[in-house]
Amino acid sequence: MSAKMKDQLATAGLYCIVGIIITILAGLLGFVFVRGIPQLSWQFITSPPQVFKEGGGVGPQLFNSFYLLVLTLMISIPIAIGAGIYLAEYAKDHWTIRCIRVLIEVLSSLPSIVVGLFGFLFFVLYMDWGFSILSGAFTLSVFNLPLLVRVVEQSITNVPKSQREAGWALGFSSWETITTIVLPAALPGIVTGVILASGRVFGEAAALIYTAGMSTPIIDFTNWNPLSATSPLNPFRPAETMAVHIWKINGEGIMPDAAAVSDGAAALLIISILFFNITSRIIGSLLCKKMSAN
Amino acid sequence: MKGVQMMAKMMKEMEHPLYKKSGKIRTGRIGKWITFLSVALTAAITAAILFLVFSKGLATFITNDGSVKDFFTGTAWNPAEVNSFGKPIIGALPFLLGSLAVTGLSALISGPLAIGAAIFMSEIAPRGGKRIMQPVIELLVGIPSVVYGFIGLSAVVPFLRNMFPGSGFGIAAGTIVLSVMILPTVTSLALDAIQSVPRSLREASLALGSTRWQMICKVVLKTAKPGLMMAVIFGMARAFGEALAVQMVIGNASVIPHSLFEPASTVTSILTMGMGYTVMGQVENNALWSLALVLLIMSLIFTITVRVAGKGRVR
Amino acid sequence: MKKRKRITLLAFALLSAGVIAACSSTNADESEKEETSQAAEPIMAVGSSAMQPLVEAAAQQYTKENPGSVISVQGGGSGTGLSKISEDAVDIGNSDIFAEEKEGVDAGSLVDHKVAVVGMGPVSHPETGVDDITTEELIGIFTGKIKNWKELGGIDQEIIVINRAKGSGTRATFEAFALQGKEPIDAQERDSSGTVRKIVSETPGAISYLAFSYFDETTTALQVNGVTPNRKNVESNEWEIWAYQHMYTNGEATGLAKELIDYILSDEIQETLLVEMDYLPVTGMKVERDAEGSIMKK
Repeated sequence: MSAKMKDQLATAGLYCIVGIIITILAGLLGFVFVRGIPQLSWQFITSPPQVFKEGGGVGPQLFNSFYLLVLTLMISIPIAIGAGIYLAEYAKDHWTIRCIRVLIEVLSSLPSIVVGLFGFLFFVLYMDWGFSILSGAFTLSVFNLPLLVRVVEQSITNVPKSQREAGWALGFSSWETITTIVLPAALPGIVTGVILASGRVFGEAAALIYTAGMSTPIIDFTNWNPLSATSPLNPFRPAETMAVHIWKINGEGIMPDAAAVSDGAAALLIISILFFNITSRIIGSLLCKKMSAN
Repeated sequence: MKGVQMMAKMMKEMEHPLYKKSGKIRTGRIGKWITFLSVALTAAITAAILFLVFSKGLATFITNDGSVKDFFTGTAWNPAEVNSFGKPIIGALPFLLGSLAVTGLSALISGPLAIGAAIFMSEIAPRGGKRIMQPVIELLVGIPSVVYGFIGLSAVVPFLRNMFPGSGFGIAAGTIVLSVMILPTVTSLALDAIQSVPRSLREASLALGSTRWQMICKVVLKTAKPGLMMAVIFGMARAFGEALAVQMVIGNASVIPHSLFEPASTVTSILTMGMGYTVMGQVENNALWSLALVLLIMSLIFTITVRVAGKGRVR
Repeated sequence: MKKRKRITLLAFALLSAGVIAACSSTNADESEKEETSQAAEPIMAVGSSAMQPLVEAAAQQYTKENPGSVISVQGGGSGTGLSKISEDAVDIGNSDIFAEEKEGVDAGSLVDHKVAVVGMGPVSHPETGVDDITTEELIGIFTGKIKNWKELGGIDQEIIVINRAKGSGTRATFEAFALQGKEPIDAQERDSSGTVRKIVSETPGAISYLAFSYFDETTTALQVNGVTPNRKNVESNEWEIWAYQHMYTNGEATGLAKELIDYILSDEIQETLLVEMDYLPVTGMKVERDAEGSIMKK
């Protein structure tokens, strides 16, 4: 067999591999959508779930997923940006910093179930917040931090040095340079990372079963006072998210249409994540254009 | 008297604006401190997790008098009972083997696929490949593990049941689900590794008359090897720690299976299953924490391996 | 330029303020509670996942009738429920076993409320050719002595045993009253009834056990010694595989917890909601069973 033949064979092989991967994805999406899309209706998306009758929806679960996501991002983004700035700009190659880097890497490879159990011990029991949105949001922040820190650090490191020098030449202090020149330039990368992380948070279930809980009390969507127990905004109420709901009804559901609800919820979950992906691309490229035009 | 005048003069000079610390420097300092605090906080959280899991996980061996040797070599798991030596029965070998089996097998399946896809995206069809494959990979990353488990339960398991003897639950089903799950992670890391190979090396190889495939094999893959290793190890770490998707399809039988199509169990599946049925502080619960400790130690090992493998990377 | 800097600082300030507020609002909550103690405080019921649908449905209905009361129901397993209530961390602990049966739980201060009875029975894949077995045969299957359905007069098909997770109340009940305390072989384990039903209905030759509420046409509910698993036979104790559903409180039930338990025990719920969900009313039982398993005629 000549080298040329081998080359052609290998190329064909690679095309096959890519074909396989695309087929897998198409199969997965097809499977979920074909079974799930017919279940989706306005009523399904807005009404509360039924315990043992047909016709329940996933309204509260959808709200919980988004609310948890917003809280998680509010907690983790500031910390991640701070940590990313320090690691990219100030950190010297000192043994303590090396240790910290190793610790952050360990945190990123921890199984989410271990992070969830930590959240259960620390936020649910020790802080005595019980099964609540707050426990869930803090646990997810822990779960998300390493990824976000890495994204921020990478985006900041990728900003060319010349930009910083320009800032110093204009008499900016190094802190001003970072906040007014480097961070904005790194923003597109950070936004893309944040939105991809959101997708992870949105689909996470293992870490939430023991922190945010597996049920939603009846909430009153007309009551927006966060301190009232029936308000959807109350951070101390238990909250079951979409992913946990899929997990639960596959296990314990006794409603006759459990399979249909689970199909519909899975489709809704994937649609939300598609939406995150597409927005991340659009926002990323818009910011990129805007920043580079300036 | 003179001294006092001198002092006053000095004071006046000190008040001159040029001697003043500027506000900018102060904000800069504060900023540096705040950012350092965020780093310290992240590290502290990790340390806290390590400490908690270690202290709870070791309790099985310290307070409940479990034997470490039994834990790693025993095949019976029934922490509530004691054996003839009066020690709790905590043989976790079947779970450890199950976890290692699904992790190893899924790395074997998805490693080549992912590296192939990465080569395609960077060497064969950079433009078209990127445009099609990038969204595909990102989408696969985004699919939640619950959905993977659910698809595994409704599609993979029945398929295996019809093709092979047995109930369809087992290591094979777990491997298939995990392979697809870690594929995107491994692919994107492998792509980074391949793209970090300098252009000049590729051009040199082609100039010496090698075909594209020879160039890929002998130059690109060889140079990117540490990075590729890192990508696969990273995927293995994810596979090892995955809980819900595996639990749905593995079968959860605490025995060492004789084939790939018999029910087995992994460390994570036993952990998620048992947590709610045990009482805090009891030996059954401590034994589960010991399993969590195993997961943690494994992820430490994976992290260290990644760092060692990354040492040889081309910068 | 200045603006951006402020925004960064503001973000940090907001974050710290948020954390502080989050920590202090717990206290605020408590002081508020003391002021409005005549309005029912929110309560939390935690525990058995098998009971979760029942308690959740009852709580939903109660909240509809008494707006403003907040009841959250969590799963997590009987073990979690019992340990949480004995630590007094929740208001109600749901369990499908007696607290006395669970090691490490201090049952001393707990008050037991038996709110329902749940019947359980062995179920198998519909095409095994067997629909009635004896207790010995059942023990034989679950201890691994009987390996094929043809030994029981069914089709030539290997028996696949599916167990519930260790520590599950359903499994404890089944072992005590169907297998007479025999330990089953190590087989597949599942942590939830829904999955068990799905697997038994899809896997040829599978056998497992489920609560009556999970019985449907996709699986065959086996008769044991000629007795059919139904409400009438459980009430007379001819069908022995059943368990109480307990709602434990720490000390005497008070406030909303008491209201809820009384509501579930009221005839209106016992005869409607419970029966709709295939639980058995505790009021209809002709016998009583204690934690040791001894039976007394009512």
